[in-house]
Amino acid sequence: MGHDQGTYRHWETKQESDGILWLSLNRAEKNTNTLSRDVLDELARLLDDMPRQHPAGLVICSGKPNGFIAGADVAEFSAIVDFSEAMRLVERVHGIFNHLERLPFPTVSLIHGFCLGGGLELALACRFRIAVDAPGTRLGFPEVKLGIHPGFGGTVRLISLISPLTALDLMLSGRSINARQALKIGLVDYAVPERQLIRAALAAIMQNPARRKGRFLRSLSRMRFIRFLLAGHMRRTIAKRAAKKYYPAPYALMDLWERFGGNPSVMYREESRSVANLVTGATAQNLVRIFLLQERMKALGQNGDFSPRFVHVIGGGTMGGDIAAWCALQGLRVTIQDIEHQRLAVAVKRASSLFRKELKDPRLVKDVLDRFVPDLRGDGITRADIVIEAIFEDATAKRKLYQHIEPRMRKEALLATNTSSIPLEELADSLRNPERFVGLHFFNPVAKMQLVEVVRGKSVDAERLNCAMRFVTAIGHLPLPVTSSPGFLINRILMPYLLEAATMEQEGIPAADIDRAAVEFGMPMGPILLADSVGLDICLSVARILAGHFKTEVPKRLESLVAMGSLGKKSGRGFYAYGKGKPVSSGKKTGSYTIGDLADRLIMRLLNEAVGCRREGIVADGDLLDAGAVFGIGFAPFRGGPIHYIRTEGVEVLHARLETLEQRYGSRFAADPGWRELPAQKANQGFARMQE
Amino acid sequence: MFRIGSYKAGRPVHIVDGCRTPFLKARGKPGPFRASDLAVAAGRALLLRQPFQPEELDEVILGCVIPGPDEANIARVVSLRLGCGKHVPAWAVQRNCGSGMQALDSAATNIASGRSDLVLAGGTEAMSHAPVLLNGAMVGILGEWNGARSIANKIALLCRLRPAHFRPIIGLLHGLTDPVAGLSMGQTAENLAHRFQISRERMDGYAVESHRRLTRAQDAGWLGEIIAIYAEDGTFFDHDEGVRRDNSLSGLARLKPAFDPPFGLVTAGNSAQVTDGAAWMILASDKAVERYGLPVAGKIVDCEWAGVDPRQMGLGPVHAMTQILKRQRLGVEHIDYWEINEAFAAQVLACLEAWQSPEYCRRELGLDFPWAVIDPDRLNVDGGSIAIGHPVGASGARIVLHLLNVLARNHARFGMASLCIGGGQGGAMLIERNEEVSHGT
Repeated sequence: MGHDQGTYRHWETKQESDGILWLSLNRAEKNTNTLSRDVLDELARLLDDMPRQHPAGLVICSGKPNGFIAGADVAEFSAIVDFSEAMRLVERVHGIFNHLERLPFPTVSLIHGFCLGGGLELALACRFRIAVDAPGTRLGFPEVKLGIHPGFGGTVRLISLISPLTALDLMLSGRSINARQALKIGLVDYAVPERQLIRAALAAIMQNPARRKGRFLRSLSRMRFIRFLLAGHMRRTIAKRAAKKYYPAPYALMDLWERFGGNPSVMYREESRSVANLVTGATAQNLVRIFLLQERMKALGQNGDFSPRFVHVIGGGTMGGDIAAWCALQGLRVTIQDIEHQRLAVAVKRASSLFRKELKDPRLVKDVLDRFVPDLRGDGITRADIVIEAIFEDATAKRKLYQHIEPRMRKEALLATNTSSIPLEELADSLRNPERFVGLHFFNPVAKMQLVEVVRGKSVDAERLNCAMRFVTAIGHLPLPVTSSPGFLINRILMPYLLEAATMEQEGIPAADIDRAAVEFGMPMGPILLADSVGLDICLSVARILAGHFKTEVPKRLESLVAMGSLGKKSGRGFYAYGKGKPVSSGKKTGSYTIGDLADRLIMRLLNEAVGCRREGIVADGDLLDAGAVFGIGFAPFRGGPIHYIRTEGVEVLHARLETLEQRYGSRFAADPGWRELPAQKANQGFARMQE
Repeated sequence: MFRIGSYKAGRPVHIVDGCRTPFLKARGKPGPFRASDLAVAAGRALLLRQPFQPEELDEVILGCVIPGPDEANIARVVSLRLGCGKHVPAWAVQRNCGSGMQALDSAATNIASGRSDLVLAGGTEAMSHAPVLLNGAMVGILGEWNGARSIANKIALLCRLRPAHFRPIIGLLHGLTDPVAGLSMGQTAENLAHRFQISRERMDGYAVESHRRLTRAQDAGWLGEIIAIYAEDGTFFDHDEGVRRDNSLSGLARLKPAFDPPFGLVTAGNSAQVTDGAAWMILASDKAVERYGLPVAGKIVDCEWAGVDPRQMGLGPVHAMTQILKRQRLGVEHIDYWEINEAFAAQVLACLEAWQSPEYCRRELGLDFPWAVIDPDRLNVDGGSIAIGHPVGASGARIVLHLLNVLARNHARFGMASLCIGGGQGGAMLIERNEEVSHGT
């Protein structure tokens, strides 16, 4: 039976003279530890061998600087499309973790960096968990974001370790917590600075303190009736955030707990069944697809060695100010320039409230504020690794500004514009060094919208474009390379959808119905409310620019609202009237339509435009287009993105639907030639999803 | 004995650049910036426009009289917050009202001696943040409380509390009182007014002129050394707040004596204002000027400190300036512009009286003849601390910084900056402007 230590590729073992066995996971050929099949197989063998060594205790830690274990291997588990195969894998892991849990000596997990999903489930199978009290330590169960719930025994162990309500909240929200928070809720036994880590591990093993006593709520929740009451309440809360038909995982978790929460051994089995079911379902497959696309965008920003430290932002308005604040929060030194003290002062105020919200600790807030430097004179230009222009949309003004600043910039520095509508070529022609000029199109609010369109003009140097993408990843955002075509990708596919909504409203369909149709499709917010939030004046100006290029019509209703000064939320009235910042619903259903009809009109225009963008090569491929649509406009993530959605629904089916709409509503529904280029066969769930 | 152009017979000390915050009036509660915040706000703007990186400084020296309780060695706190990095040493200096000038002198001395080549030096003070302390009796009770073992002991302690235990010690008032002489700074000014027969009308007239000059300088844009600062709540400050544009003799006449009731002469109106602010300069050796191609605005020629009677501390400038002029073999006619810090109108006026008094010059300074009259139009030409405010740790750096601007504006050569120092001292610094701003190559 025995194996040499040399046969383990991912685990390093070492037994000290005190008899304590140290097991360090250092996954071969990867920067990050995940629980792949190989890793788990080796762990199983190690556990089998262990009794021969008679250890006094076991410590499991990570050999990676970035963290403990990031979770299961997403690519690996999402490749499973068969329920029984999923079931086998999950039950095997259950067996390994049960073995770990039942070892006859104390076991400890030493946690630094991230300890997520399956990694935290492994830690839960140890008797003690000790976390490094440092900003990088994050513990959590993000499974729900991938359309599943914990499946390696985590649901059972977490609920029996800490308060069931806190446990469910952690698993339902997918949020991660730091070491101190984990200590507070009882998830870890100690949160200590790194310098005490080993002493804490030894203390836990030597003293082997008793486990926490059961708490009142935990014993109450053993009663089915109590769980029934609590689950009912929690389901209503979940329903406000996610519809059951699109996001089954949270509901499955509630069912699991409600039905089997009183009986751990049954609950383990039912957890496997539930998670195997979810893993092979469409939602999880699509959410994993989006996750992998996100990883792909992150990887786009890894080429070269550009490491920006200093950013100069010109334009202290909402966009410029928020971009600057975000960069400072991400650790860069930032100067922000405007022509008025007053505008800079407002930017400082917005930035400091962001910093307080994100960091809480006043010392850290001060630190970031020190790096956020208002710079009326533009002294930062000479220092910056990247200068981002975010002034008003006027090509002449921008060109004039560039003439002024370009000679002052370092020769290695990038020059970026945040323009949303002006073609880069129009701005680049007056530059001395057009090869370092890129578009960086951020979205509002910058702190929430991860996507940044990295716009490639004709003159830009490929190496410089890589630098721009590195910058975007360096500030924790996602770069989406797009060509310099009007509206780039996001505004281009968003606008027909918004304009169709405006047209429908003009026809007398109540705004609330239109929004409901989009939300039921799976959009995070209805198009009318979105337009009102963005500001109708901004929508109109983008619409006009795009209308000029693509010969589309701008609905009269939008123009007349702007002419009346109804600009949306900010003016208290747009399509909706607003009371206390919330839309006051008005209007009754007129004419005969179903919500499904409305959704069709909205979504088909978006899909048609997406097909057009794919045909024109605005983005490199359909996958990136899907990623852009999901992260840029919140296109229903569980549907996997517009192009993927077309393929799963069937190209023929949707094309036919488009023709029907064209007959009924006119040429704005005329199918883009790009439909012919889409593969006709239906995309399979599962493996086919990454074909493009 | 000393060569003009060298600093204390060492290497020349060049003034490269400088800036300061607006001086913010203390309004009875802690202002929006602590002392370190002020120094960081000004320092980061100054460093941003330099051709060198903050990490390339040799040291940071900062004067401050009352740093906050979490600002021990405030210079190091500020240096790290400015991004100078862990390898740049930083130290704080304290010579009361002379602290800002002391920082410049210490920087200059280290450059002259060859120890440093590039130094950030200045002063900062947030007087509105001066601490309010518990008195000794209360501290004693708290100490016993920590040691009390039983509830009964604690109750017994509580029963001993009296209203007097809650009487706070106002740090600012104590800071502005000479503990040896037992006089407040205002009372030392009263002493000078008495000795040199300075009337209330002259003091008030002087104060009105200070405000008039600052008003004129603000309107003419002569305060280019000020950089705007921004508070977290979205307010910004871009000018000295102490200025009273509608100041008048009749208005000032209505004020009551602030330090010496009931018959004193020194009022809040003819004294320097309690204020928050910071000022910095960058000083460099020939070597650093050449290495980074630094612009040279002028140089520090000499600096001197003198001790006087603490009860007449306001006369300090007369003694310090005398020593510099004698050493450099210069006369009043060689000095183009003067700054004598306006701690009190009475104190500046007393300095001028002493300066030209044959008796004072002979007996106190050992001069055969009194000094020539300093032309009022060449003294504090853009107003002084009465209008601008006097953040005690910062003013010494402010007057040198502004004096250099005055020299530049008037194409003049020599300037003398001086101030009186609580505890009975005076400090003075002689600077020389470069004819043309030259750059190192």
